[in-house]
Amino acid sequence: MEKGQINNLIQELSAQCPDLGSLQSFAGAGSNVLHGNDILQNRRRKLCASLEEAIQRTGLEDGMTISFHHAFREGDKVINMVMGTLARLGFRNLTLASSSLLNTNAPLIEHIKNGVITKIYTSGLRGKLADAISHGLMDTPVHIHSHGGRVHLLQTGEIKIDVAFLAVSSSDVFGNANGTRGRSPCGSLGYAKVDAGYARQVVLLTDEIVAFPNTPISISQDRVDCVVKIDEVGDVSQISQGAARTTHDPRELLIARSAADVVEFSGYFKQGFSLQTGSGGSSIAATRFLEKKMISNGITARFALGGITSSIVELHEKGLIDVLVDTQSFDSVAAESLGKSVKHLEVSTNEYANPSSKGAFCDQLDVAILSALEIDTGFNVNVITGSNGMIRGASGGHCDVAAAACLTIVVAPLIRCRIPTVVKRVTTLVTPGESIDVLVTDHGIAVNPARPELDARLREAGLQVMTIEELYNRAVSLSGVSEPIQFTDRIVGVIRYRDGSVIDVVRQVKGCLP
Amino acid sequence: MRIITEAVAGSLESSDLLVKVSPSRDKTLEIYVTSDVIEQFGTQIRHVVDDTLKRLAVTDGLIVIEDKGALDYAIRARVQTAVLRGAACKELNWEQLS
Repeated sequence: MEKGQINNLIQELSAQCPDLGSLQSFAGAGSNVLHGNDILQNRRRKLCASLEEAIQRTGLEDGMTISFHHAFREGDKVINMVMGTLARLGFRNLTLASSSLLNTNAPLIEHIKNGVITKIYTSGLRGKLADAISHGLMDTPVHIHSHGGRVHLLQTGEIKIDVAFLAVSSSDVFGNANGTRGRSPCGSLGYAKVDAGYARQVVLLTDEIVAFPNTPISISQDRVDCVVKIDEVGDVSQISQGAARTTHDPRELLIARSAADVVEFSGYFKQGFSLQTGSGGSSIAATRFLEKKMISNGITARFALGGITSSIVELHEKGLIDVLVDTQSFDSVAAESLGKSVKHLEVSTNEYANPSSKGAFCDQLDVAILSALEIDTGFNVNVITGSNGMIRGASGGHCDVAAAACLTIVVAPLIRCRIPTVVKRVTTLVTPGESIDVLVTDHGIAVNPARPELDARLREAGLQVMTIEELYNRAVSLSGVSEPIQFTDRIVGVIRYRDGSVIDVVRQVKGCLP
Repeated sequence: MRIITEAVAGSLESSDLLVKVSPSRDKTLEIYVTSDVIEQFGTQIRHVVDDTLKRLAVTDGLIVIEDKGALDYAIRARVQTAVLRGAACKELNWEQLS
């Protein structure tokens, strides 16, 4: 059909149906495509020669929001590298929305001092960066959110990601990516999947470009703008360091064993139950003790949720846990299992724990075993600040899972290096006491008075149950009463509950950095 | 009691402390305490150290303590051990140690 004839069609349409008069007439196959007409060139159009080129293509400007994920945990090589590049390119006034930040991110201090980063959203802060922020490094308070709560903030639009820089273990040239193939498999890309969905521009960074199409597809090509090959995305041997470690500490093992006893007699230890173990030595180790109980009682679990560890994978491989639902792989065994077991599922943090998601796995959870830095006599939990008032942890999925699970057990030593874990009032409130059912320490077990039936069951089973006040008194009798921490009035951190509300603030500690 | 030779007791494991004692040049008693929990328990730790040294009647020596969050009885025991070693004490007066 000639061009003139097509134009006539529009005129005819317009005459018969006036509201169709604004339609465009066809002007050639390539006239309206976004990416030019060279078919072969197009296939490689996302591949950037350098990170700088990718940054330029995204149109990133001063004042915008950038995001990262933390699946590589302490082994991450991307956050510091990208921030260093952005600083060198002269970017300023950026909002950093990383799913979390760890000890390894101390170099960010310079970028904050130099005005490259002026606002931070994160689940956690540790090490030198946390110390500096606790001492008032930033003009604007840091927002601490939970993993589910972060997705909620993205949904409400409070966090608007302009550019997501996502480290992946492998990608093809078109941006199909996963965390299971390549030389540095981090496992689940649960956090990255969310950012790929919400960010205006998505840059993938990988040390392994594989043939198209890459499988499995965790992040799909239709969410990705740029792909950059870098030397190393992360040191996967460092993933299981720190909070995700395996313990051999006898005290932590004692607590883990008691926690398994609590599960056994809680009333929730039934065929087809589900469980989650959080990060922290005792919590991860509890799985080992549950295994024996599951075998001797002939019980298998329907699913395990969360940060998946090698000990959970072991139970899966022995047929004791049917399905693993993995939003973050805590070690290389978990990452490997995700790649090979069809019943090891990779889920986004929206599917994991977002309270405003249409369906979060945590809502189907029976038993959760979580850690705590402090728990007070009202069962309120602090997982973010140390007893010296400085930020040194992460909100993680704590309040998400605690709110959703039928039975939430907190495991913690009664005293850590003279510092009582059970206190009159937590330094910072992250998870409200109403979400916590049982506290298991190395000196005894306390049940939330709101759960009298649970208290009765555990006492009947002969477990060492006492009141939380008794545990508190015992802690103080051993450690002595500590001197209160001196804070200034200045707020350095805002603790956001999973629904986005403010549950507490962190104030600047008095004095200077040592 | 006087510190006449260098001696140590304890370790730098968490919940322990390392006590180093050495002779004092000017025959005074000098005490230095560092601790991971100095903000919360500094006064209490110093009180236990001073009390332990007083009960042993230590008159001169340099006492350097690196605390890693030890409980009072551990502090007392480590200080006593380091002092008795540094004073080359052969006879123990158990009443002073209780």
